[in-house]
Amino acid sequence: MNSLAAKRRHPGAVLVVLFMGLCLTGVIYSVVGSAATAGAAPKAASSTEVDHGRQLFIEGCSSCHGIGAQGTQNAPTLVGVGAAAVDFQVSTGRMPLAAPGGQAERKPPLYTDEQISNLAAFIATLGPGPEIPSASDLNFINADLAEGGDLFRTNCAQCHNFAGSGGALSNGQYAPNLRQATPRQIYEAMLTGPQAMPVFANTTITPQDKQKILKYVTYLQTSPNPGGQDLGRLGPVTESLALFTIGFGALIAVSIWIGARAK
Amino acid sequence: MSSNGHGIEPTDNGVSAHKSDDLAPVEDQHVAHPPRRTDIDPRAERRAEHQVATMFGLAGLTAIVSVVAFVAIDPDRLIYVPVIGETSANNVVFGATFGLSMFLIGAGAIHWARQLMPAQEVVAERHDLTSDPADRADAIAVYQEGADGSGFAQRKIIRRSLLGAMALFPLPLLIILRGLGPKVMDPQVLGETIWKRNEPIVTDPTSRKLRPQDIPVGGLVNAVPESLKEIEEREGTLNARAKAGLILVRLTPGEIRSQQGDGWDYQGILAFSKICTHVGCPISLYEQRTHHLLCPCHQSTFDLADSGSVVFGPARRHLPQLPITVDAEGYLVAASGFQEPIGPSFWERSS
Amino acid sequence: MSQTVKAVGGVVGWVDDRLTTSSFFKRNLNKVFPEHWSFMLGEIALYSFIILLLTGTYLTLWFKPSMIEIIYNGSYIPLRGVKMSEAYASTLDISFDVRGGLLMRQIHHWAALFFVGAMSVHMLRVFFTGAFRKPREINWVIGVVLLTMGLIEGFAGYSLPDDLLSGTGLRIAQGIILSLPVIGSYASFFLFGGEFPGSDFIPRLYSIHILLVPGLILALITAHLMMIWYQKHTQFPGPGRTEKNVVGYPLMPIYMAKAGGFFFIVFGFTTLLSALVAINPIWSYGPYNPSQVSAGSQPDWYIGFLDGALRAMPPIEIEIFGHPLGLNILFPALILPGLMFTALGLYPWIEQWATGDKKEHHLLDRPRNAPTRTAIGVMALIFYCLLWINGSNDIIASGFNLSINAMTWFTRVGILVLPLVAFVITKRICLSLQRRDREKLLHGRETGQILRLPHGEFIEIHGPITAEDRAVLLAKHDIEPLALPESHDANGVRSPARRKKKSLAKLSHFMYGDNVPKPTAEELADADSHLHHELESDGPVLEHHRQLEAIGGVIHDPSHDPTHSTGHAPTGRQESGEPAQK
Repeated sequence: MNSLAAKRRHPGAVLVVLFMGLCLTGVIYSVVGSAATAGAAPKAASSTEVDHGRQLFIEGCSSCHGIGAQGTQNAPTLVGVGAAAVDFQVSTGRMPLAAPGGQAERKPPLYTDEQISNLAAFIATLGPGPEIPSASDLNFINADLAEGGDLFRTNCAQCHNFAGSGGALSNGQYAPNLRQATPRQIYEAMLTGPQAMPVFANTTITPQDKQKILKYVTYLQTSPNPGGQDLGRLGPVTESLALFTIGFGALIAVSIWIGARAK
Repeated sequence: MSSNGHGIEPTDNGVSAHKSDDLAPVEDQHVAHPPRRTDIDPRAERRAEHQVATMFGLAGLTAIVSVVAFVAIDPDRLIYVPVIGETSANNVVFGATFGLSMFLIGAGAIHWARQLMPAQEVVAERHDLTSDPADRADAIAVYQEGADGSGFAQRKIIRRSLLGAMALFPLPLLIILRGLGPKVMDPQVLGETIWKRNEPIVTDPTSRKLRPQDIPVGGLVNAVPESLKEIEEREGTLNARAKAGLILVRLTPGEIRSQQGDGWDYQGILAFSKICTHVGCPISLYEQRTHHLLCPCHQSTFDLADSGSVVFGPARRHLPQLPITVDAEGYLVAASGFQEPIGPSFWERSS
Repeated sequence: MSQTVKAVGGVVGWVDDRLTTSSFFKRNLNKVFPEHWSFMLGEIALYSFIILLLTGTYLTLWFKPSMIEIIYNGSYIPLRGVKMSEAYASTLDISFDVRGGLLMRQIHHWAALFFVGAMSVHMLRVFFTGAFRKPREINWVIGVVLLTMGLIEGFAGYSLPDDLLSGTGLRIAQGIILSLPVIGSYASFFLFGGEFPGSDFIPRLYSIHILLVPGLILALITAHLMMIWYQKHTQFPGPGRTEKNVVGYPLMPIYMAKAGGFFFIVFGFTTLLSALVAINPIWSYGPYNPSQVSAGSQPDWYIGFLDGALRAMPPIEIEIFGHPLGLNILFPALILPGLMFTALGLYPWIEQWATGDKKEHHLLDRPRNAPTRTAIGVMALIFYCLLWINGSNDIIASGFNLSINAMTWFTRVGILVLPLVAFVITKRICLSLQRRDREKLLHGRETGQILRLPHGEFIEIHGPITAEDRAVLLAKHDIEPLALPESHDANGVRSPARRKKKSLAKLSHFMYGDNVPKPTAEELADADSHLHHELESDGPVLEHHRQLEAIGGVIHDPSHDPTHSTGHAPTGRQESGEPAQK
């Protein structure tokens, strides 16, 4: 009889089998899951910007938003949403939607920067709306970091959490984490209020204040963890998880070592 | 058996006996544990000895390293550690070496005990926890004698006056705590805010006045009363802020299903207290598509398009609405104070 | 060597000349401690408390318990120029301007989580092994009080830095206090020195956190340990272990080395954890501001079940005499924990009353041998964990794409249903394990080796169980449930006390009714003689049995399974070379 078979009645055998089963499930899930989300190649291009954008729109977006972007049962009108909304939705990969229903998720964008700007230019012609912020709007180098923090905690932290790690909203919606968001996308999100997010127009949070927020979010994205592993910056819940897995796991392992008879 | 010299001596039958009257070796030969490798193999014993000494030695060494690290590493210096990321060099190096030093002392001591100290379990008899009945009777008798001598049972007047005094003497101890509370206590203030007629609504924390056209449909503004700044500076506390927080949202007038009062909105701009009516967290998780406001603490959900009524969660009361209008210059102001107490319920709350 | 003895003798003599300590010394150095890994859990709590005292004292050297608003000007740049309380500013200073201060803060916080965690897990161990039974009921109650104190102390410490997270926690606490009928508003005024947050609360909390509660905890821990010392530790069943003795290692040297070493391990590990894993990064939360809040505002783990209960409670507020009574707050936040801790404290007496077992117990129960108690414990644990999970439902929901509304409904229904399911399943598992224990005693352990007999039958070889296992299994303590009382006494008169007796008997049946009795001595002996007979009458089997002798196995013939028939197979212990020689 081989040694593996001999150990199959060992009390730990159940745990080992369980662990292997979980690992296997995880591997299968990740393989199948990634296969399901792959697909859809970038679209072809045309000549002038707006025409090019219209072409892209008709090919890629009109099936839900309608030929004239007037909206359908499945999708809202894009008349008057402005270039900023298009740039935000498409550059974060939220549009086109992977599947109808539910919240649009951030994913790698399907369009090139040039295609996105053409799409935005086309939508901007349909009606007035927030424009894509200019380079000077996004220049936050001289903004005040501490004031940015205060603005962030008053206007953003309630949904996106104190460190921009995101959080849950009602009925399965969520505020995404801000780790990958670029300053331009953050600015555009405030201007246009995508999905559940409310609008923070330039008249309520001025461009100068927005720059302070950008500075703070950029700081959060790059800030060190002086105390060590940050556990996702989610507050006490993940700390508790670490306590009962790593913490008690290790101390109970030592306890077992102390209690076991030496051979 | 060179290591067996700690108060335990081998006896004739090979089982260790503890040198004490109330201790006896475990008799059942079936349970005598097989000897450890360190008991029979002098080389193993020597190896274990070296391992323990190495742990103690390393513990001393890491303690020195930690002191050096503490002194030498600038506290502002950052270091990249895999898995952790950028972290404080002083914290991670000092902490890890200091921790390791203590861990090694512990591990060494336990290894020593497991491998080299006598492995034979000993038996101690438990003593009786109950006293001898005679002793117990004596104790009760002594108590009874004392009690009788005091005359506590017979001298009614002494007993009663003493009990009365003992009941009353904690009162001064309690009343002295009166100082913990403020001089004047009116529970109604718990639900009152500094909002009043014509109080300008300003943005938090930037204190800018707002015109109706500043707020787009789907917009959210976290606001406070204009006079808050002055009051905070005068009082030096956050008390007024803890009650006065306000949120403004704008809906298209057609989306507003109901309000707490006629015309309390201004062109579709609604103002609600930011203080949750459950236990008082500030709420501004506004989902603009559904007009729901979610409290992050206990997830009470309020429908702002429908009088701020509760649609989910533990809160019982709707979110109080503030009637608003514009002043002569066209800035948003409160049309009046709140018409009902804001924040969590309290016993004296009317209605 | 002799010089050391002389030196020790000198010191001992010096003390003895003054305090007559020799017999005390001798008795206590010989104190025997039984060994088991689960006996270390209480030690983790004790050592965490010592770590808390040491690191807490260090932190007091810099912390300023003051709510005076100042402008921060320390070295943490993202908060420079921000208005904050002195308490928060001094906590930032400890984190960034006191060298080693951050490490000490993190050790203090991790140790606090360990302290309450170890107390809880230790309590579970004591519960499931029945260590709370007579004569240890007082120590159980002290333990429950210690756990409560730990919760209060932990929450106070969590609140002191006056950051956005802890301030939100205090706001919730104040909202809960307001829900108290009649006295709520005044209790809040007295605690906060006026309205929330005021400027008095942090200094008041500080003296409670560093003086009052730790003093009480220290006194109670002392009493707890003295009682353990005096009553001697309980032990698990095993060879040579009885209700009358304690088998283990003496304090000097083994237990001292192990316990002392374990202190260093706990301190060292907590320090390592604090060097590598951040906890409570107060600088990220920002200073407390009552009009700000962060998503995922949670308490530390031990208050999580209360937060979960508050979240799950439906919105019920009633009116009495024109006053609001918020059961949506009062029930989950005050009544429920009150009931839970009261039930916990009274459990030893509840069980004594239900079982009528008033004997002293020093041998621990294996959880399977007290199936009803174990099932009650698991039931309570599931109830607690559901609330606990609901307390972090927003983090779980955003991490696993779930809906907080669905999770809340799951909790609302789950806390009513799942504990009962857990009760039934646990009890079935315990009884099955009892049955397996009985089988093991009667015909040894299954080796997993299958043998084909010459006539084609397949049988499984059963191996002997070790003497140690046998002692553990034989230590099972069967209690007969109380008999149902006769409906009429000998004279045909209806007994007045009958109803009470009947319900007690029913309770007793609930506790012990489906116990699987351990084999009697007769049954064990019978199993042995049956084996001899079996082997003499059955040639081929005997032949194989001879061969099996070499590998120390015995044959288990399913047709003679004692749990299915009255026949008995051999046990491991009776197994010897004897039958083969016949």
